[in-house]
Amino acid sequence: MVLVVGSVLAFTASSLKPTIQLNEKFEKQQNILYAMGVNRNVEGSAVFVSTDSVKDIFDNYIKRQLVIQDGQINEDPEAYLIDLKSQLTKEVKDRKLPLFVGEKDDKDYYIIPMYGKGLWDAIWGFIALDENFVVQGVYFDHKGETPGLGANIKQRYFMDDFTGEEIMDDTKYGGISVAKGNNDPLNERKDDGKVDALAGATITGNGVTAMINSTVKLYIPYIKDLKI
Amino acid sequence: MAILSKKDQGLLLDPLADNNPITIQVLGICSALAITAQLKASIVMALSVMFVLAMGNVVISLMRNIIPSKIRIIVQLIVVAALVIIVDQVLKAFAYELSKALSVFIGLIITNCIIMGRFEAFALGNGPWRSFLDGIGNAAGYGLILIIVGFFRELLGSGTLLGFQILGDPIQKTGLYALGYEDNGFMLLSPMALIVVGIIIWVQRSRNSKLIEEN
Repeated sequence: MVLVVGSVLAFTASSLKPTIQLNEKFEKQQNILYAMGVNRNVEGSAVFVSTDSVKDIFDNYIKRQLVIQDGQINEDPEAYLIDLKSQLTKEVKDRKLPLFVGEKDDKDYYIIPMYGKGLWDAIWGFIALDENFVVQGVYFDHKGETPGLGANIKQRYFMDDFTGEEIMDDTKYGGISVAKGNNDPLNERKDDGKVDALAGATITGNGVTAMINSTVKLYIPYIKDLKI
Repeated sequence: MAILSKKDQGLLLDPLADNNPITIQVLGICSALAITAQLKASIVMALSVMFVLAMGNVVISLMRNIIPSKIRIIVQLIVVAALVIIVDQVLKAFAYELSKALSVFIGLIITNCIIMGRFEAFALGNGPWRSFLDGIGNAAGYGLILIIVGFFRELLGSGTLLGFQILGDPIQKTGLYALGYEDNGFMLLSPMALIVVGIIIWVQRSRNSKLIEEN
């Protein structure tokens, strides 16, 4: 019986694997595009570009895919497939950091992948900066945050608040924090580096703060070099 | 329905009404509350459960004479887990967006009490054909409630059905929205699913006095 069950499952898994991997690739591309503002958002809800056309749209908007390793920047057409989670655990000189340069309406976007910890499990996402280190858009996703509380980091009303925030404090790195009680619920102050937190999701919010600040920091010097 | 005997018809039709797994036996409530915010998810969940239950019932029924009764629960679990993994993989391959929306609930079909309940109560004592009918019938009864709940929750909660805007465009203020109608966000939260299921139970029992339990 075990033999029968095992072989049936093995056959199913191996025959469907390519299709599933393709879906995962498309999802990554959709997330990257979403962060730079290429999406099909309808009021209040986040909608990606369609899966059928995502490949063409991705090739159209993303001009360069780079991999940063040991201080060197190299082009890599499949940089988006690099798994950031495993890279962040490596030694600094072996670490491959993917970076995407997109172009929309004659404006350059530097899109940085992020990976961190929420309350229960992994959180990840992408953040798009322009050449002045102003956030142009973000995308967050999570594996197991609490529905209705931490899971709302995927919601438009949270992600949209990041747009326009400044990463740099004059010349030094300022970062962005998800802050409780910053008396700015509509997030109209864009120069304070603070985004209004989600009620009931303190730990997830702190996780988002830590994720943004730990990853974006690694990229800042390279983005400065790229801006020529 | 002439091809089926009276008894077999009962297997298919009873679970739709007088012996509904959700409203009468109160099984499988967890998934009924969790995934019915959209009609599409309800339909896919219903079909997934139908596949797992019908196939599982047939397999268990075929093996019923060789399963030692001491380990029957473990055998049932292996069968249902294998079927669920197949459904999960197929959805990931061909309906990726939906599989993300259904997230853990496909995996949770394994622990759906309807499935183990039917294996224990029916498939272990009946032939494969009748077990198949029983599986289809019970899954249809489960799916029917899911679809009714999903219909009302999506219609009143988002103003859409299967993603199409039925009541007009809330942004452009057309259709009903022009008259000042607002979507009820409460409909999208799980408590409302429980209330909708409660209303269905109430309606069903008030129409059929046989179902009312005397205390």
